[in-house]
Order: sequence, then structure tokens, then C-alpha cells
Amino acid sequence: MTRKQRRLTLIGGSLAVLGIAAALVLFALKDSIVFFNSPSDVVQKQIAPGTRIRVGGLVEPGSLKKGENLQISFKVTDGAHEVSVRYQGIVPDLFREGQGVVAEGRLEPGGLLAADTVLAKHDERYMPREVVDALKKSGRWQEGEMNADAHVVGKKP
Amino acid sequence: MIPEIGHYALVLALGLALIQATVPLYGAARRDAALMQLGTSTAVMQFVFVAGSFAALTACYVTSDFSVANVFENSHSMMPLVYKFTSVWGNHEGSMLLWVLILALFGASVALFGGNLPVTLKANVLAVQAWIACSFYFFILLTSNPFLRLAQPPLEGRDLNPILQDPGLAIHPPLLYLGYVGFSIAFSFAIAALIEGRIDAAWARWVRPWTLAAWMFLTVGIAMGSYWAYYELGWGGFWFWDPVENASLMPWLAGTALLHSAVVMEKRNALKIWTILLAILAFSLSLIGTFLVRSGVLTSVHAFAEDPSRGIFILCILVLFIGGGLSLFAWRAPLLRQGGLFAPVSREGALVFNNLFLTTACLTVFVGTLYPLALEAFNGEKISVGAPFFNLTFAPLFIPLMFAMPFGTLLAWKRGDLLGVAQRLMTAFAIGIAAIAITFAAAGAEHVLAPFGIGLAAFVIIGALVDLAERIALFRAPFATSWSRARGLQRSAWGTAIAHAGVAVTLIGITGAATWGTERIVAMKEGQTITLSGYALTFDGMVQRAGPNFRVLAGKFTLREGGGVVGVMEPSKRTFGARGMTTTEAALLSRGVSQLYLSLGDVNGDGSAAIRFYYKPLVLLIWLGAVVMALGGALSLSDRRLRVGAPKPAAKTALQPAE
Repeated sequence: MTRKQRRLTLIGGSLAVLGIAAALVLFALKDSIVFFNSPSDVVQKQIAPGTRIRVGGLVEPGSLKKGENLQISFKVTDGAHEVSVRYQGIVPDLFREGQGVVAEGRLEPGGLLAADTVLAKHDERYMPREVVDALKKSGRWQEGEMNADAHVVGKKP
Repeated sequence: MIPEIGHYALVLALGLALIQATVPLYGAARRDAALMQLGTSTAVMQFVFVAGSFAALTACYVTSDFSVANVFENSHSMMPLVYKFTSVWGNHEGSMLLWVLILALFGASVALFGGNLPVTLKANVLAVQAWIACSFYFFILLTSNPFLRLAQPPLEGRDLNPILQDPGLAIHPPLLYLGYVGFSIAFSFAIAALIEGRIDAAWARWVRPWTLAAWMFLTVGIAMGSYWAYYELGWGGFWFWDPVENASLMPWLAGTALLHSAVVMEKRNALKIWTILLAILAFSLSLIGTFLVRSGVLTSVHAFAEDPSRGIFILCILVLFIGGGLSLFAWRAPLLRQGGLFAPVSREGALVFNNLFLTTACLTVFVGTLYPLALEAFNGEKISVGAPFFNLTFAPLFIPLMFAMPFGTLLAWKRGDLLGVAQRLMTAFAIGIAAIAITFAAAGAEHVLAPFGIGLAAFVIIGALVDLAERIALFRAPFATSWSRARGLQRSAWGTAIAHAGVAVTLIGITGAATWGTERIVAMKEGQTITLSGYALTFDGMVQRAGPNFRVLAGKFTLREGGGVVGVMEPSKRTFGARGMTTTEAALLSRGVSQLYLSLGDVNGDGSAAIRFYYKPLVLLIWLGAVVMALGGALSLSDRRLRVGAPKPAAKTALQPAE
């Protein structure tokens, strides 16, 4: 083989691998990403039932109910609207009423979120950024209220 | 007084770095030996001053000097001594100080151990190293000064984030930084080579040990971080594809590619331009990792505080070095002469294959990590890209890479014989297929992919052994000959085989824990027993204790297997008064390389406790594999050729100053 042919083989092979990788990335980006929504978005946007979403906001005080077999339900609010969430399992250490939370799962008909992941804060001083943004959007956020920051505790594998 | 000394030492280090960034460069251009020599002494003194600065901050922590804002924010007088040390880098300012300390350490090492480098190359490398150092000294002094005083010193500190009060934190950041910052040496060598417009096989031989050392630390550092997340975060996962984890994985992938392409360059004088580009990319990705983690664009346990001015400052450093490095590359790389030719099927070809797949895998991780940020900046939509994305993109690229591994080491340089190699790998094929069959028979067909994972790992491990056997002519020559050959075999050959086997060991661990792991999440009453994968767990009751700066609420559990007691497990919750925060301490019980994992949830009013109980088969192999990889790297690093092999420049003796 000449130098030119060798180089063409190399470039062709590289392009093939990159092409396959690009196809995989596009396919995966279409199917396996999850959109974040504030409770107001969920109420207003008409999201199709069965869609996997993330909802962030504060756990509404007085809404947390514990059932049998570690079943819990609570409401996530951004001050303007709220979304009911159902979850089975153990919640993170810093999951409390009135505190910031992010729940991920499938939206059921009727607007209930069947969550399989509940994320709370790492530190009493900070709050998930998505929650801060959701609260800012609904006008319930006071600047300097808390150091914004955080996530990833309590992932149900 | 001590904080001021520390601050002043850091300013002096900046002054030295400014000299080092300019004078040796000018000296190299003018061929002035005295000016070039200056880089050596400034690099060493820079390290001394940064070390002094770091020691000063450590002293503030150890003596709980709460008049220093940084100590007040992140320490507590009741905290155990070991965490007073580790909280030095358990916060943004201190961790950046650790970053520059390690940078100065590497710079000083090049200055001290680079005696056999050509003088101009050494001067240029040290100058580039000082540019990096300067930008980070400015960053610390202007935006993140750890020595700021408080006008009214409080009596007690606010404590270190309890989740970071763990032995894992003591080791994880320094190891990771040794890896990240270690790639700065490869970067400096690459830039120096571009400045000189000259590069040869000896260059690769000088760069390889530094890259190898950085890679080893990064490997162990990532594994350590993964293990820490596994036992500290309480959900039993070992890799979350969290952006901060990806931030460390990307330089690792680029660094691994660099290690392999440097071999081609050293042995065959080929792939020069590509190797230079990889050296620039590996450090660029380290900088991007630092930016992602430290700027607050991502939210995680690593983002200590959000401050836009810091983010913008790091972004400027990023643009300067990545943009500058790549521009210089585009301008000067065409000057470098092309090297040796090789057929597509050859050792070089296999290493190109390795590089192609590693960099493509790195690219997919890059896209998955930065796409959400780009999308949010672009149209404000927030998405999360998690495990499903990476399982679909990263895994398909890693499988062919691993399959090609045994072929690569057996192929000859220049022109290889694929058929011959396949014949020599027959044993490995056979054992791999047997492993698939055995796994199917033992575990059933419920998880179709898992047996293939085990089979692939077996193929890679046996392939590594076949490679060694071929090299020492085992079974082909008399045993005595093989023995003497084995003793004479280069350590880097052993290192390669061991590191490759380590990758396979990690694969076995991931396959085992991800597919055959079982879990139960239940609320248990005292005296109740649950079973999981043949183990019976009995809840004996709750106990309370007091720790140094926290209270402990622990559950006592007895684990039995077939009637006999295996052990006692004590998962607990720690409540830290200073921050009013609770952490979960999981109880781990190892059975061989498998683990039982028990973590405590809420304790209900009726005295029942919520628990998560996992059986994680083979899980320890994930991190053991990483340790094996690093061991392979260490063995390769101890190879004599890497230390003394590079030809000494003739001019060296003439340039040494009279004593």
C-alpha cells in the first residue's frame, strides 16, 4: 500500500467510528434525556401522561403522608402551582417539609408523578439549583435567602 | 501572624513564577545557559513557598484559628484532628491551594529530575509550567484568598460539611489532583516542542513517565471517589454519570490514549502530531474538569460555593490555555516531520484503533456532559442526561476496544499477521467462550448481556497471559529458558499485561454488581428477620451513642447464612449539631469480593426502621481492577529504560556551572 492509500484507510476507519458514535449519541439524546419542569410547567404545559420528567420545588408543608411499605406521598410546590408525587422507598436525609426537592419519574394521567428518584440537598445551607430557578420564575424566591447549590443524595438505583 | 505569612509566601511564589515564565524562555531563544538555568532554581523555590503557604493554612486549621474566614466556614474545634487536616482542601479556596501546590511539586520535579533533558527543552517546559502556575496564583489571590481574616473572630466554626468528614475525602482529592495536574507536564512538553518546532522519539520517552505517573494517580483517584460515593451517599451506586464524575473520566480517557500513542512515537517515531494534540487535549480536559467542578455551573457536592466572578476567571484561564495551545498547535504542527510508515494491521495500527475508540468515547462523554449546559444557555430548557445515555453511547465503544486489546499486544510492529495472532489467541477464545457458557449455566438467561461481559473479561485476562507466555516462549522452549526470559522481560511488558487484566477485572465487577445484585427496601420491626440472596438479616434494636462532634443513632443487625452467624452490621445515622445535618453511614460486610450493604432510613414512630439492604456480588472487583491497572502502571514506570534510556545530550556537561 502506498502512503496515500494507508492514510485513506485510516481516515475512512476514523470517519466510520465517528459516524457510528454520532448516530448513537443522536439516538440516545432523543430517547434517554429527561426534561426538568417546575410545578407550574407541569400544570400549564399539557405534558403527555407516561412522559419521564423531573419536577423541582419545595415540599409543601403538611402534604407529606406516610403509608404502608415505605410508601410516601407529598406535594411539590413553587408557590403558584403544585404537583402530587408518589414514591416508595427511603428518602434522603435532608428530605423535609418546606425544603427543596427534585423528584424524577413518570407522569401519570391526572397529573400525579410516580417518582422513582427523589433528590434532596447535601447541606442545610444550599438548595438544588433547579428548585431555585423554579422559585425565581414564580416570584417566590428572595435573593440571598440561601446559598444556591447541591444535589444527588438518595437515588434509587 | 501565620495566615499573613502564608499569604505573603503565596505572593512571593507568584513573583517567582512570573520570572520563571519569562526569563528561561528568553534564555532559550538567546541560547543563554545562565538564563535558562534560572528556571530550575525558581521552580524549586516556587515549590518551597507554596508548600510554606499550604503549611500556614494547615496550621490555621489545626489550631482552629477562627479569625480566618476560611477556617471559620469549614472547621469546628471539636472535629477530630484528621478532619482538621483534610478540611484544608474540603473547601474551594483550600482545594485551589492544593492544586497549585501539586502544580509546583511537578514543576520542581522536572527541575530536579530533568537533568538529562536538552537544556532548551527544559527551559521552555519550565516556562510553560510557570504560565499555568501564574494564572492559578492570580486566580487564588484575586478571587479565592484562603487567608482572609474576619474583623470579629467568632468563638466557634461552622463545621466541615459532614458528608466530607470521612477518610475517603482525605485521599480522593489529592490523588485526583495529582492526576489532573500531572497532565500539565505533558502539556508543557507539547507546547515547548511546538515552540522549538522540533520533536523526536526521545521527546516521547521523556513525556511518557510523567504521563504514566499522572495516569496512575488519576486512575486510583477516580476509583477512590467512586468507592467513597458508594459507601457514603447511601444508595449503593458506584457510578452515577454525574457531570463531576465525567469531568474526571474525560482526562482519564484522553490520558490513556496519550499513553498509548506516546508508545508509537517512542518506538516508531510515528503519530507525532497526534501525540502532541492528545497531550494538549488531556490537560485541556483537566482544566475543563476543574472549571466544571469549581465554577458552580454544575450543582454537586463538589461545588462548594457559587460565585460568578470565579467561574468567569477560570473560564478565562480555560480559553487562554486551550485556545492558545490549539492555536499554537495549528500554527506550528505542520513544521513537524512525519515519521515511520506502518500497515493498517500492525501494532501501530492497533494503537491507532485504541486511540480512535478512546477519543471517540471521550467525545461522547463530553457531549453528554456539556449538552445540558449548552441547551440551558441556548434556550433555557433544563434536561438531565443520565445513565441511559451513556449506556447507549459509551458502552458500545468500549466493547470493541476491549476485544481488540489482546490482539494489539500480540501484533508485530510495522506489519502484523492478524491470522497468526488469532491462532495464538485460540486458548483465550476457548476460555472466553467457556466462561460465557458457565455463566449462562450458573446465572440463567435472564440477563443475556452479562455472560458476554464475563466472557469478554476472561478473554482479555487470558489474552494478557498469552502475551506474556509468548514473550517468554513458555511451553515452546525448555522451562529454564522461559524462566530466564521471564526474568529478563522488560517491566513495561509485565505492566501492560497487568494493566490490561485490570481493565477486565473492573469489567467483571461492573457486570456482577449491575446485573446480579439484589436489594430489599423494607421497614423492619425489632426482632424481625428478612432474607436476601440466601442471607438472613435480623434486626436487634436501636442504640444511641455520642461521637466527637456528632450524635449517632445506630441499628444493630445480625447477618446469618444457613443458620450460622456471619457477622453484625451496624448502619447508623450521624447528626451534626453545628450544621443541624444528618448523614447516613452504611454498614458494609465483605464476603470475598462480594459485599452486603445495609443503610438505615427513617425510624418510624412504632419503632420500626426503614432499611435498604443490598447484596452486591463481585462489587469490590470494580475498584480492585483500578488498583491492578495502577499497579501495572507502576511496574511500567519502574522500567529501567524509562529512567535512563533517553540518550544524554552531549552538550549537557559543558553547561553545568563550575562548583
